[in-house]
Amino acid sequence: MSDIASRGYSNPDVLVSTDWVADNLDTAGIRIVESNEDQLLYPAGHIPGAVQVDWAADLNDQLRRDYLNREGFEALMSRSGIGQDTTVIFYGDRNNWWACYAYWVFQLFGHSNAKVMDGGRQKWEQEGRDLVREVPTYDATDYSAPERNDAPVRAFREDVLAHLDAGGQLVDVRSPQEYSGERLHMPDFPNEGALRGGHIPTAKSIPWARAANPEDGTFKTAAELQEIYLNEQGLSPDGDTIAYCRIGERSSHTWFVLTHLLGFGNVRNYDGSWTEWGNLVNVPIEK
Amino acid sequence: MTHEGIPQPLADLLDEFSFLERGERVDYLIEYADQFEPVPEHVAVRPFPEERRVKRCESQAYVWAEDTDEGAQKYWFAVENPQGISAMSFCAILDDTVSGASLDEVLRIPGDVVFDIFGREVSMGKGEGLLGILTSVQAFAREATGRQGV
Repeated sequence: MSDIASRGYSNPDVLVSTDWVADNLDTAGIRIVESNEDQLLYPAGHIPGAVQVDWAADLNDQLRRDYLNREGFEALMSRSGIGQDTTVIFYGDRNNWWACYAYWVFQLFGHSNAKVMDGGRQKWEQEGRDLVREVPTYDATDYSAPERNDAPVRAFREDVLAHLDAGGQLVDVRSPQEYSGERLHMPDFPNEGALRGGHIPTAKSIPWARAANPEDGTFKTAAELQEIYLNEQGLSPDGDTIAYCRIGERSSHTWFVLTHLLGFGNVRNYDGSWTEWGNLVNVPIEK
Repeated sequence: MTHEGIPQPLADLLDEFSFLERGERVDYLIEYADQFEPVPEHVAVRPFPEERRVKRCESQAYVWAEDTDEGAQKYWFAVENPQGISAMSFCAILDDTVSGASLDEVLRIPGDVVFDIFGREVSMGKGEGLLGILTSVQAFAREATGRQGV
């Protein structure tokens, strides 16, 4: 894969390479954070010094369907040894799917000093780099976060309805079968269920993983991404865009791609996604 | 917990898991993953046939079954995605607790053992793949039951 700097991204600084991470394992002011779908991966072996942020246990409110609040975020930062000035490097499984999700949640609290390791776990492992089981401990920090500010990067259902009225761009990043309504969810997963299948009208179907190279999990070049999102699907970087999936995690990956790699000006992630929309009364649906 | 009629070693494991804290459960599951032994060459060699591949499992899991003299089956697994550690763990558990059980017992295993083992917080995608592994095992058991004319 080519150098990150040569790939034409609008904000190349938001990515670091596995080489860079390997060279900076002991650099002060950096915290490596692993976030995975598979909860066994981190304890079975992680980049030396990395801490884990678990999407279900750490990022979600444990009672309401929402993200953690300011106090929760401060506590998470403190126990992870992350200060306001710490550069956080996210990585994880599944083409950095959950790493991008964690990155996005961190933006709700304005922790913009954050990057993603291109290729994630997959590339690190393929390169035969060290993985350890020792869980590091860091001195607790005194992190003072602002109140969570959802508006810039997060859309609620009212926002989506207003966005529809305004003719805004929508991206459905689920599988083609979910987009068409052919497939809803598994009966064994009531928490991710929806009563109706289909998609939000006018949404373009662009499965999230198309942004990544399957062989090493790295992001495609800007030219390749433009081919998919702009030329093939007709999205414009100048238009307001909302991405969604089933519970809002796959779409945070697309949010990351559109915002940072392609330079879209205003992208929000609708984390209510299909589990909300497909259960709402009297909202428009297309099949 | 009602796990009547399923293979006893699996019922015992589920019983044990029900008392474990999340961290302990994770350690246990990793131990299983560490013990995972992929399908031996005398059963299958790469490239593995598509019909042995577990549908919707992102970890590229494959399942084989071999009839035993006792009318049961020995199950073999491969997990081709090195990051498929939950899949490896589950395959090792199934080999340990289900291989050699009566076909009837294998067919009685409910899908929610995936939650009992991995917890309710397992994502839908992951759960779907793990359930697919169990379903594949049960498809072999069902097919063998038909052959035995039971």
